[in-house]
Amino acid sequence: MLKIFKYMQRNEWLFVCISVLFIVVQVWLDLKLPDYMAEITTLIQTEGTTTADLLAPGSYMVLCAIGSMMAAMVVGYFAAKVAAGLSRRLRAMVYEKTMMFSMEEINSFSTSSLITRSTNDITQIQLIIAMGLQAIIKAPILATWAIVKISGKSWQWSVATGVSVFVLIILLSIVILFALPKFQVVQKLTDNLNRVSREGLTGLRVIRAYNAEQYQHTKFEKANEQLTATNLFVNRVMAIMMPGMTFIMSGLSVSIYWLGAYIINEANAMNRIQLFSDMVVFSSYAVQVVMAFMMLSMMFIMLPRAAVSAKRILEVLNTKSKITDGSKVEGLPGMVGDVEFRNVDFAYPDTEEPILQNISFTAKKGETVAFIGSTGSGKTTVVNLIPRFYDATSGEILVDGVNVKEYTQEALRNKIGYVSQKAVLFSGTVASNVAYGKNQEEVAQTFLKKAIEIAQAKDFVEEREGQYDSEISQGGTNVSGGQKQRLSIARAIYHHPEIYIFDDSFSALDYKTDRVLRTALKELTVDATTLIVAQRIGTIKDADQIIVLDKGQIVGKGKHKELLKNCPTYIEIAQSQLSKEELEND
Amino acid sequence: MTKSQPSRPIPPKMGKPPVGGGPPGMGPMIGEKPKQFKATIRELIAYAKQYIPLVMIALVLALVGAILNVVGPDIISDMTNTISSGLATSINLDEIKRLGILLAFMYGFGLLFNYAQGFIMATVTQRITKKMRTDISDKMPRIPLKYFDKTSIGNVLSRVTNDIDTIGQTLNNSLGSLVSGLATFVGALVMMFYTNWIMAISAILSTIIGFAFMSIIMKGSQKYFIAQQMELGMINGHIEETYAGHTIVKAYNGEENAKKVFHDINERLYTNAWKSQFMSGLMMPVMTFVGNFGYVVVCVVGAILVNNDVIQIGTIVAFMMYIRLFTQPLAQLAQAATSMQSTAAASERVFEFLKEEELEDESEKTQKLATAKGDVEFKNVRFGYDEEHTIIKNFSASVKAGQKVAIVGPTGAGKTTLVNLLMRFYEVNGGEISIDGIPIHSLTRENVHDLFCMVLQDTWIFEGTIRENIVFSKENVTDEQVEQACRAVGLHHFIKTLPNGYDTVLNDNANLSTGQKQLITIARAMIENAPLLILDEATSSVDTRTEILIQKAMDELANGRTSFVIAHRLSTIKNADLIIVMKDGDIIETGNHEELLANGGFYAELYNSQFEDAS
Repeated sequence: MLKIFKYMQRNEWLFVCISVLFIVVQVWLDLKLPDYMAEITTLIQTEGTTTADLLAPGSYMVLCAIGSMMAAMVVGYFAAKVAAGLSRRLRAMVYEKTMMFSMEEINSFSTSSLITRSTNDITQIQLIIAMGLQAIIKAPILATWAIVKISGKSWQWSVATGVSVFVLIILLSIVILFALPKFQVVQKLTDNLNRVSREGLTGLRVIRAYNAEQYQHTKFEKANEQLTATNLFVNRVMAIMMPGMTFIMSGLSVSIYWLGAYIINEANAMNRIQLFSDMVVFSSYAVQVVMAFMMLSMMFIMLPRAAVSAKRILEVLNTKSKITDGSKVEGLPGMVGDVEFRNVDFAYPDTEEPILQNISFTAKKGETVAFIGSTGSGKTTVVNLIPRFYDATSGEILVDGVNVKEYTQEALRNKIGYVSQKAVLFSGTVASNVAYGKNQEEVAQTFLKKAIEIAQAKDFVEEREGQYDSEISQGGTNVSGGQKQRLSIARAIYHHPEIYIFDDSFSALDYKTDRVLRTALKELTVDATTLIVAQRIGTIKDADQIIVLDKGQIVGKGKHKELLKNCPTYIEIAQSQLSKEELEND
Repeated sequence: MTKSQPSRPIPPKMGKPPVGGGPPGMGPMIGEKPKQFKATIRELIAYAKQYIPLVMIALVLALVGAILNVVGPDIISDMTNTISSGLATSINLDEIKRLGILLAFMYGFGLLFNYAQGFIMATVTQRITKKMRTDISDKMPRIPLKYFDKTSIGNVLSRVTNDIDTIGQTLNNSLGSLVSGLATFVGALVMMFYTNWIMAISAILSTIIGFAFMSIIMKGSQKYFIAQQMELGMINGHIEETYAGHTIVKAYNGEENAKKVFHDINERLYTNAWKSQFMSGLMMPVMTFVGNFGYVVVCVVGAILVNNDVIQIGTIVAFMMYIRLFTQPLAQLAQAATSMQSTAAASERVFEFLKEEELEDESEKTQKLATAKGDVEFKNVRFGYDEEHTIIKNFSASVKAGQKVAIVGPTGAGKTTLVNLLMRFYEVNGGEISIDGIPIHSLTRENVHDLFCMVLQDTWIFEGTIRENIVFSKENVTDEQVEQACRAVGLHHFIKTLPNGYDTVLNDNANLSTGQKQLITIARAMIENAPLLILDEATSSVDTRTEILIQKAMDELANGRTSFVIAHRLSTIKNADLIIVMKDGDIIETGNHEELLANGGFYAELYNSQFEDAS
């Protein structure tokens, strides 16, 4: 938790120091108030006091109250600035860091965890700092000062105050001990209930088809029952908090007056008035002491949560991206679209099993190279190595004759048009999605339309309201899966790269669209290299080179017909998709 | 486009909704406003009828507790006066003792009553929310699928979870504090005037000044607070999409742009965040000031009055407490009011769901088809997802027992429509579908469902053991039957290799491939063992070996059953007895493979396209 403070800037530390100063002023003024009160009490008990005599301490009291408020406002201002400033900086740092991460780091954190770290965790820090600056610093100052002020007045009263604080601590301990751990249980059970509800909704058709409504309901009720039972317990325990605190406060006042009666009665007449006003004042101080302890204990409840958030943020900031930039921006002269793998091995860090072993192949300008193999054969990994989403464990990957590690990432990726397995769209417009990454002011309208047309997306785009400028919602939820895929293909086309990478990008399309699209692409890619990862034999039959992968190794390389003769794995795949006669027809 | 695809699972919402900027309970809460506050509250009361006596008891307890707390200062005041009047001579200790014991009892009972009130309210609230959840879950099967196809899963889900959670939290606070706050407020007011009217007026005036001040701040901060929430939402959205699409951002060198957008929002967020943080941070000092100011006014005015022998010093002591009792509930009441609003808004949505139109009641249907041979007849079927747009215009076909029907067509052609009609997920608008000569609308839905086994493309697996997933709702299934089904689909061996075999729990981190999950759903259908079969072939990517397994398992399952297959595979299409070709929602061609090819229509085009080389 403390380490997070090293991200505060010097002027913010200055703000913190100023805050502390003003907190001291505030506490001083707050505690001054009862002093004037004592003065007034004494004046009242003294014979011959005029109204005018009372007004002086009275106006001082008002001044104190105003002063205290002003001081608190100043503290609040600086606290807000520091908290928001630090969270802005942390958020930006986490975001920039995450943007730099390679897939390896992203996967090791998981995307959803990174999102929480960049959003909720940071909000959490902002909260704790804003409150902390005001309460954490103030509480101990207030408590000590108030204790100093009241100590020496009368030990009985101090004992009464001590007992109250003690009771308060017991009360809070009960809550912390019994209710707090249950909060986590409640969270778990809520998640469980959500899961069952979600299952019930996603499986609606299956549940109805199997007449399993009662079955599902029983399951839901069980989750409901558990959640309610735990919630009941927590809420019943928590219900003691407010009445308990009221009781402690009121009880303390009563004790002070009750004890006071005996103390005053035993004192000699001289000291009585003094003691009486002490008593009135003491009750004010005592309340402050109890309040301070209350604030502190609240902090103890909040701190662990914030500490967890801080730790999670620091984890991100302290992770180094494994992929670093090279310096080259151009390949060897005269080489365009050339991709070569030389004995490439790849394994995820901390794993024994290699994902890829000894992969070598060359793809030249104008060629289409296809990768096929069963799930887990490593075909996606092969193409992910080219734009350096990962770096090869050993061996070399050359693009235009230069090792990919020697390029700046930007230059390397400018050569590549990558279409992922799962189409990704961003909130914006059709045009901003297709022209993604380019300077949006320079969108070439004619080429944009051409790209969309080639990707077979023209019809549905032009049917949309606003056409090329029609809105795409976050995650592309307002277009269908096939449309998303076509738009992401249009994105690759628009950037007219040297190298196209299609990672299983055609499976969301039906056969017909698939074929028309590939025909149109063919014309476009005559002077580019195309790498296709595919499931369907039909998609890749006409590739210049088909690379068959099995368990991370190349088990076949060649054209469709050759492979049908000499590659058992390929034959197996082919047979599962095409009938015998169709295979023979070829 | 017709919305006819089965609802696909929506990825779980990532992260939790952002927490508001202000410290809890201090910042001005932005309560969601219900459309009809009064009607909803009335509805809520009617809904919670059985708990009203309990709530009444709780309210009485809250009232008594509040009164006890309000009367307390009056007695402390007596105590102070007793001490004060004895300053010169000697203090009447017996009187002090009597008052002390009285106070101890009062505060003791106050604690007891207030806790009992909190306890009862917590209990009632939890019971009500539980009832709501149960009712929603109970209602779910009675709502037509049409509703769910139109409404997103997230929407329904948030009613079961978020909305009911909100009710659980707010109802608990609001009712109790509304009553005790009101009682304390009025009580303090009455007691103040009863004790001394001059003091009372000065106390009230000082508070009003304080609160006027506060409401100005509240108003001012609201703006920044809303802006902050908005910017937070925007930045979270931006973070979510750039993280989720990280590879694309990188592949197209979109980082710079993404960062620029991020920093823009972050900058705006910062401005609004510190302002709203500051504003909501002002509440505390101002509240304290209102308290202090009142305290000072009471002290000074009281002192003047004491000096002029209008009141005794005890009154000042009492007023010092009254002023706290008077100001405290004001904030409490404001909170309770916002809470009530949130309760109403959330309840409104819950009740909306509970009032959704239900499926037609079928209890009077007596005709029953225990089992079927499997003849299916479509006679002049007419259907549209909404009344105006008929998509299936006049479809007739007859399927003999044991035959295989393949439904083909491009994506989005509405292939699931026929499944929806067969299963009576949707009702036909005209014509009829009959099984073994009996129109399916004369059977109960339950009966129709019993006649079908169904395997859908979205492999629906729930968290539970493999055995539970296969047996599902079917009763009296022996372990042998489960094993047999798994052997038939070729899963048995794999399951045996798992450490817990059939008792392996399937959850998020279960290492089951898509294909294996599919096989489990096929085994599930085998256990169901119904005479008719609906099969939605998977297009999703599974490896070839599993694909062969799945194919074999599906063939096994289809064996001897009348089957309707949403087909993607050539083998399925070619040997089907009847192929139904769909496009844009409607059925455009029917016939077997050879007939359709010979026709040279849409099917022929579709079929041939998969073999043509891209040239």
